[in-house]
Amino acid sequence: MATTPLSLVTIVAEPVLEPRLLKELKELGATGWTIVDGRGEGSRGMRASELPGANVRVETIVTDEVAGRIIAHVAERYFPHYAVIAYVTAVEVVRGEKYARRRSGNGS
Amino acid sequence: MNGSTTANLLAGNLVSPFVLAFALGVVARRLGSNLSLPKDIYEGLSTYLLFAIGLKGGARLAEAPLEQVLAPTGAALALGLLTPVIAFVVLRWAGRLSRVDSGAIAAHYGSVSAVTFIAAQSLVQQRGDSAEPFLPALLAIMEAPGLVVGLALGLAGAGRADRPLRQVLHEILLGKTLVLLLGGLLIGVAVGAERLAPVQPFFEGLFPGVLTLFLLELGVVAGARLGDLKKVGPFLLAFGTMIPIVHGLLGVLLGTLAGLSPGGATVLGAMAASASYIAAPPAVRLALPEANPTYYLTAALAITFPFNLIAGIPLYYWAALRLAERMS
Repeated sequence: MATTPLSLVTIVAEPVLEPRLLKELKELGATGWTIVDGRGEGSRGMRASELPGANVRVETIVTDEVAGRIIAHVAERYFPHYAVIAYVTAVEVVRGEKYARRRSGNGS
Repeated sequence: MNGSTTANLLAGNLVSPFVLAFALGVVARRLGSNLSLPKDIYEGLSTYLLFAIGLKGGARLAEAPLEQVLAPTGAALALGLLTPVIAFVVLRWAGRLSRVDSGAIAAHYGSVSAVTFIAAQSLVQQRGDSAEPFLPALLAIMEAPGLVVGLALGLAGAGRADRPLRQVLHEILLGKTLVLLLGGLLIGVAVGAERLAPVQPFFEGLFPGVLTLFLLELGVVAGARLGDLKKVGPFLLAFGTMIPIVHGLLGVLLGTLAGLSPGGATVLGAMAASASYIAAPPAVRLALPEANPTYYLTAALAITFPFNLIAGIPLYYWAALRLAERMS
């Protein structure tokens, strides 16, 4: 089956950021995402896990261009003061046309 | 009113399922027990408690004459605006904390802890006294201004174009605490006491039991934070026990002047004295990310909450009784 090369952006963030992140992902051009709750520890240690609630891992498959925008945005806005990590993985996706920015009238 | 009555009040307050459940949670956690409620149940219990307060308060609010409610409403608003400023000034100048840390902590002390409110109401009832039934409405009124004033103090002068206060305000007003409280109040007012009767066994009958379970979990959470007491230092320890007394007595005074009964003034005092640890932390985390969460969470949950539960509320009640005596 034919596959399309795209970018998988993964963001692990403290839970208070979830609503903001999702809103911004959409604005930056993501068409969908998957979120899972998680536990863990990182360089910010306790600090991040102090507020109740599990960390969230947000995954979104986007074009390289959108991936770049998302990473730049997250780095600028959240890296300084929040417990957040973000990384990009190259993926081969089936039905690649799903991940292009949806236009109105395109009922896919 | 003499010393032995005060001691009685204090001792009587200690032997309640609420305080003892909280203590059990703390002790179990300190001893390394794995006791803890699942997060979703904890969320569910807090939803129940807030909604129940709103419904009950709303139904009673509908029956209260307007002139009886107006002055206490003004007192609650004044306290909501004043307490974060007092806290901020003390933190900034006596404690020499940074502006964001001071604002973050002040926001917690300006906002209200609903559980402290309920504990105060229960103590007053235990004493055979009662608080005005419309006080839950004041809880909703006090919740937002204190939080916003504290955040504004922390944000002021920092030139935060990227985090407008409007967005923060939106997040606070749509936070679950206010939605449940205000929503419950509105429903309560709309249906009235009679039509609320069918749901009463669930929302009123089970209330003390649910509160006990909730306090058990709060004890576990507070117990986990006790280790941080060393990290926050002696100043915050003193702040976390002195500021509630100042705010609490101010609340009792304003409440009494506004015409509340000693029971009502006690509950208003406890509200003013309390620090929020459910609604405030996420709002503060979003608005003031530079502030250190260890400071505000430890102060609100591990110092001020137990202080109010154990010593503060009986003290405010005692002060309210004395004040009422003087004024009669």
